[in-house]
Amino acid sequence: MAFAPADEQELSQVVAAAAAEARPLRITGSGSKAGIGRPSIGEELSLRALSGVVLYEPEELVLIAGAATPIAGIEALLASHNQHLAFEPMDCGPLLGAGAGQGTVGGLVAVNASGPRRIKAGAARDHVLGFRCVTGRGEIVKSGGRVMKNVTGYDLSKLVAGSFGTLAALTQITLKTLPAPETSQTLVLLGTEEQAGLLALRKVSGAPLEASALALLPKGAAPLDLGENAAAIRLEGPEISVAQRLEDLRGLLKPFGGGVEILGGESSASLWRALRDAEPVASLDGHIWRVSVAPSDGFALVSALKESALPLLGYFYDWAGGLVWLCMADAEDAHAKPLRAAVDRLGGHATLIRASATTRAAVDVFHPQPPALAALSRRVKESFDPAHILERGRLRAEF
Amino acid sequence: MPLLMPAPEPEILSRRSELLTRLAQILPAQNVIADETARRAYECDAFTMYRALPLVVVLPETVPQVQSILALAQEMNVKVVPRGGGTSLSGGSMPLEDGILLGMSKFNRILEIDYENRCARVQPGVQNLAISKAVEHAGFYYAPDPSSQIACSIGGNVAENAGGVHCLKYGLTTNNILGLEVVLMGGEILRLGGKHLDSEMYDLLGLMTGSEGLLGVVTEVTVRILQKPPVARGLLLGFASVEAGARCVGAIIAQGIIPGGMEMMDKATIRAVERFQPCGYPQDAAAIVIVELDGTPAEVDHLVGVVEKIARAEGATTTKVSNSEAERLQFWAGRKNAFPAVSCIGPDYLCMDGTIPRKRLPEVLTGMDELAKKHGLRVANVFHAGDGNLHPLILYDASIEGDIERAENLGADILRLCVAVGGVLTGEHGVGVEKRDLMGEMFNEIDLAQQMRVKCAFDPSGRLNPGKVFPELHRCAELGAMHVVGGALPFPDLPRF
Repeated sequence: MAFAPADEQELSQVVAAAAAEARPLRITGSGSKAGIGRPSIGEELSLRALSGVVLYEPEELVLIAGAATPIAGIEALLASHNQHLAFEPMDCGPLLGAGAGQGTVGGLVAVNASGPRRIKAGAARDHVLGFRCVTGRGEIVKSGGRVMKNVTGYDLSKLVAGSFGTLAALTQITLKTLPAPETSQTLVLLGTEEQAGLLALRKVSGAPLEASALALLPKGAAPLDLGENAAAIRLEGPEISVAQRLEDLRGLLKPFGGGVEILGGESSASLWRALRDAEPVASLDGHIWRVSVAPSDGFALVSALKESALPLLGYFYDWAGGLVWLCMADAEDAHAKPLRAAVDRLGGHATLIRASATTRAAVDVFHPQPPALAALSRRVKESFDPAHILERGRLRAEF
Repeated sequence: MPLLMPAPEPEILSRRSELLTRLAQILPAQNVIADETARRAYECDAFTMYRALPLVVVLPETVPQVQSILALAQEMNVKVVPRGGGTSLSGGSMPLEDGILLGMSKFNRILEIDYENRCARVQPGVQNLAISKAVEHAGFYYAPDPSSQIACSIGGNVAENAGGVHCLKYGLTTNNILGLEVVLMGGEILRLGGKHLDSEMYDLLGLMTGSEGLLGVVTEVTVRILQKPPVARGLLLGFASVEAGARCVGAIIAQGIIPGGMEMMDKATIRAVERFQPCGYPQDAAAIVIVELDGTPAEVDHLVGVVEKIARAEGATTTKVSNSEAERLQFWAGRKNAFPAVSCIGPDYLCMDGTIPRKRLPEVLTGMDELAKKHGLRVANVFHAGDGNLHPLILYDASIEGDIERAENLGADILRLCVAVGGVLTGEHGVGVEKRDLMGEMFNEIDLAQQMRVKCAFDPSGRLNPGKVFPELHRCAELGAMHVVGGALPFPDLPRF
């Protein structure tokens, strides 16, 4: 059976009824992210009726929207007021074969999506000011508020961000909006060795240049197939400031040698859109992993994988080396064991983002946790959803 | 509205000597403070209206000691109140007469500074400002800057999700920490986050931040450090009305500018400041706004021009721009001294802390005036203008019978007003004991029960910092932490905690 409640009240009745019988429910918005995580089981619970912007006050930097409101519409609305979602939400559609521009704000928060600007502006979780939801008990709960500074009670926004719907079905989300930068320019440093290019990115991130994105594309990687390694650095702000920082940046990069190209306007925007959506690996045929490590460990991770002779089909680095996107040739176990061992030696986590449902059911999609943390995570889940009805199995096989 | 703490449990009080003996097995003698006179030093935090003599004060120096203390408390069913610098303004670290006060002041080392990954690993007792001092020679700093930053500890900052003037642009504590090591009541150690970004599974790092010491004891913090902007310049703007000042703040943000800091003061505060330490604030202004812009020289010069123009258009009666570091600091001197200055115009004051949607400021100020009249007291105002975080200072005289109650009642009414216009009870000081009984203004019982269930997931026996944040104590079982359907446990084969 499939449910599509008309409003929050009806949603709460549907969930309460399911909870009473311990019947699992699969929460969907547009379905664009259904391929991430372990395949969950149960009847479909569509939130599509909970759509629409409830409030947008640009001068207050706040927007409230129903969970199923399309991101594309929100971004267009913000753009008409020269604002944006500063965390630069990834559009997972292209990577997962669902097509671009279909994501909803609820899905965005549920996976805590963010893009290249994460290093400067934070992740989705940093921009959620408050929310309303229906918990696995069928109770309507609200948390947070609509103001920038709020420490009233526990920050449950952080908990639901990235929870993949396993704690509650989000019904309404309050987001912080921010002014969009006046200008954006990208400097591409060409031809350095990978390790040196990453070192350059870390030098930039430690300089007062306020770079808003720092990525490294190995030779041959789409969309910048320039025949050389390319380190891309984005500067944003008032025009006069970007111009000056660009000069300072050129000076800082001199010791690294290599050619320099400057991308402005649409060519800069389209590069970062492509990297945001993991295009360099999305176009390859294989399992896709997303690994978060300390920026200085990104290169070590890739080197370790190469040395262990894993079938690495492609990769690139974002977040100054802290985010590594990998594509590996298909295998039943998605090469989880050796990859996770390499990540564990450094500290960080690896998520299997694209693989067949069979593989995602067999392999831990999300990084395993030490026993005390795993036990606590489970207790947190049960505090919202004691009968394990919401997105059962999505994060862990056991709940 | 007297605040009631849970009555001390006679059973715990009767076992004090046993507790002391057991603690002496965990800690060196000088780290267990049992003597009454010495314990007096810990009887309150910076919310001084309420005091309690802790059962015993312990000052562990190692993580295993913290583990053992918590595990012992769990075993003996004794309450534990964690405490950092003791600067909480809401009573978050107020002790309990039947509880152990767990002081983290000996965890005072900076463990690692990693410039390459722009972070530092520090112990929780390290002072906020000490982090910036340790990295300033390399051009870095730690952004969140609560007013108490010279004294408050980073562990306490995590517990309270501390903010400050920089937060408008650089975020609160929660946006500036990468990792935590936490010890739970049962003695389990958790490591959350690290030098990498974001967590998988539930964001317990984000949840711990601002949880007011009710979930676990922080034993290590990894903070993000930022490269200091090359220049900062200030503008001192005077306005003939608070409304005009508030409009100017809105116009600056609407123009797409997020200043490094944007603060506002009303006439009562301006006068008090000028009497306390003259710093050239315009005496004829009904409100002043201080704007600080930071970044590269070209950017800052450009933005100063833009802000000046906006201020003129909004009818500023004074516009001064700092042309030197000394001048910029001069602009801030009054703001930084606002709290001590206000104590010169009234013997005592109660500092409130609510946030409102910025555009509701004029009506909230009018409403506050009316409420002050009704209660027969005066209010001076200092705001973090950019983010709508208000700090009404309620002036009273503790030597006058009934004044404390009047001040508390006025404070509660002001916070109710904040919530009524779409704001919140606390922007940065925390709920603690101070605003605990007002939680119902913002949340209904179901909302609060969900928060308390989260507490139960961390601390099922409810022994960690009880009496804070939540208006009534419920046992976890009453909250239905165990959900039974049709008489059968779900997943009966799975282990329960």
